[in-house]
Amino acid sequence: MASIHIDNLHKVYAGGVQAVTGISLDVQDGEMIVLVGPSGCGKSTLLRMVAGLETISSGTLKIGDRVVNNLEPADRDIAMVFQNYALYPHMTVYNNLAYGLKNRKMPKAEIDRRVQEAATMLEIAPFLDRKPRNLSGGQRQRVAMGRALVREPAAFLFDEPLSNLDAKLRVQMRVEIKQLQRRLRTTSLYVTHDQLEALTLADRLVVLNGGMIEQVGTPMEVYNKPASLFVAGFIGSPAMNMISADYLREKGAVFPKSLPEGTDLIGIRPDELTLVPPTGDQLAVSGKLMLLEPAGAESHLYIHLEGSDQPVVMRVSGVPDMQDGQTVQMHAKVDALHPFSKATGRRTG
Amino acid sequence: MVENNRWGNFFAHLVLIIGVALVVFPVYVAVIASTHPSGTFLRGVMPLLPGPNALENYRTVIFEGRSRAGTPPIGGMLWNSFIMAMAITIGKLSISIISAFAIVYFRFPFRIFFFWVIFLTLMLPVEVRIVPTFQVVANLGMLNSFAGLSIPLIASATATFLFRQFFMTVPEELMEAARVDGAGPMKFFKDILLPLSITNIAALFVIMFIYGWNQYLWPLLITTDPEYYTIVMGIQRMVTGGDSEPLWHLVMATVTLAALPPILVILFMQRLFVKGLTETEK
Repeated sequence: MASIHIDNLHKVYAGGVQAVTGISLDVQDGEMIVLVGPSGCGKSTLLRMVAGLETISSGTLKIGDRVVNNLEPADRDIAMVFQNYALYPHMTVYNNLAYGLKNRKMPKAEIDRRVQEAATMLEIAPFLDRKPRNLSGGQRQRVAMGRALVREPAAFLFDEPLSNLDAKLRVQMRVEIKQLQRRLRTTSLYVTHDQLEALTLADRLVVLNGGMIEQVGTPMEVYNKPASLFVAGFIGSPAMNMISADYLREKGAVFPKSLPEGTDLIGIRPDELTLVPPTGDQLAVSGKLMLLEPAGAESHLYIHLEGSDQPVVMRVSGVPDMQDGQTVQMHAKVDALHPFSKATGRRTG
Repeated sequence: MVENNRWGNFFAHLVLIIGVALVVFPVYVAVIASTHPSGTFLRGVMPLLPGPNALENYRTVIFEGRSRAGTPPIGGMLWNSFIMAMAITIGKLSISIISAFAIVYFRFPFRIFFFWVIFLTLMLPVEVRIVPTFQVVANLGMLNSFAGLSIPLIASATATFLFRQFFMTVPEELMEAARVDGAGPMKFFKDILLPLSITNIAALFVIMFIYGWNQYLWPLLITTDPEYYTIVMGIQRMVTGGDSEPLWHLVMATVTLAALPPILVILFMQRLFVKGLTETEK
């Protein structure tokens, strides 16, 4: 077990493409950090630099007390779970798990003990003699995790490990990874583009965009207080509504008395909009119902604001009795509003 | 697939049977011819049924040879051919798999340039470069030796190219996983790449063995010592050598025997590469 210190890391590819621009991050011992962002935000590159599969253009990377910038992946005391599992197809599950240990010249008895232990923990013990091609996707995923587990490394690195699984299995494996990490308390870096995976798994969340960190915080901090327009749009589904403050004033909406200096965009989460007016200081605006989308226990209302091209999405429980084209009055409490500045893209308060 | 109708089946089988007959008939004639006494052919009518002399003919070819007609017993020639074919096959496979490994997995200056140079040699078969190659081999003093028979034929663009294509389909993550697991480049090659290539190796082994076994022009050029004659050139000598009429029944017995080792290699390797065709390991 160890902490990971990332200090001002840069990655410039041979073609001059800047993949990672000055990222600094401290991962505490035993912490699970999730790196999340859209494709091309540099999250995988960052993870692969920590793993040692990409060279570091500049900056310092420490695992524990050692600077590992120039160490081979095998010497960094990390284990990695790959997106497509990367199991050795010609080896049995047992040998897949044991391969890394054999390369480290570990005694046979110890290898066997660790493999059996990991196999039991991951419930793959009955498949130890099988080849990966005879396993289902979920079982392969477990073997890939087992291969990381047996190493008992200082840190686990996960590179979108669940993205090849179907939706149901993904939820199940997500829970298992979380439980496993809780139990082993191994420092983990986990890369995903799925905001839900990020919110549910992380001790702390790192939102990346364009090779830079947008925000670091616990999932609830990031969700409740997104630091920038980008984070606000990326975390949460359906995405946060953004309404121009000028538009609201023009349309004569009920407007809260106090908003921080420099606010010209107001973000409201779909579930913070209500049909019933709340007590106290509030925002209220009306629009026409474009579409009602029932989704089981809840419904999504798409509401057109006159003179605005973006519909407002509202999430309500149940299926309200409403007709398309009907005028809808929406309300939000003032403390549920997220004030942003359009110019800087940052939160104003 | 096509619907299962009787006429379709009938025509499919008809075409297959005609095809097989066309391929098999000459072989059949050769086998039949090797069982007849020497006079049969000079009458000008090809017999289509086995003759009485099979044992005698094969015994003659294997143990006595006909020195008057320029043919030593064929055991030595078969052995020479086998040595040459094996040397060429193993040499080609080991060199090409290693060069493909270098080209795909290592970043070195002029990597692509070297690949294209290797690729270009595909366009220069033995026959085209035979004069300079002969000169080189002669100057190195390798005439009348197994080294001279096999080494010039070992460089293989085909196998290098095929291995390269195969390596490119091996997911890069496999290499990365091996790196994380503490396997250096050579360990990765030995533990992961080689086992994955086994079906390719088997298929290429068959192709290369037959290629080596069937070499004709090259052994003819560089061997003058009967001790290094190969079976394929031996057949040629039996037909043209000597002053008498060619002994067709013995030639055919030799041909039949010469065709056996490649068949054995195919039978032996078939298990491996049919497996490779039916189950993907990726």
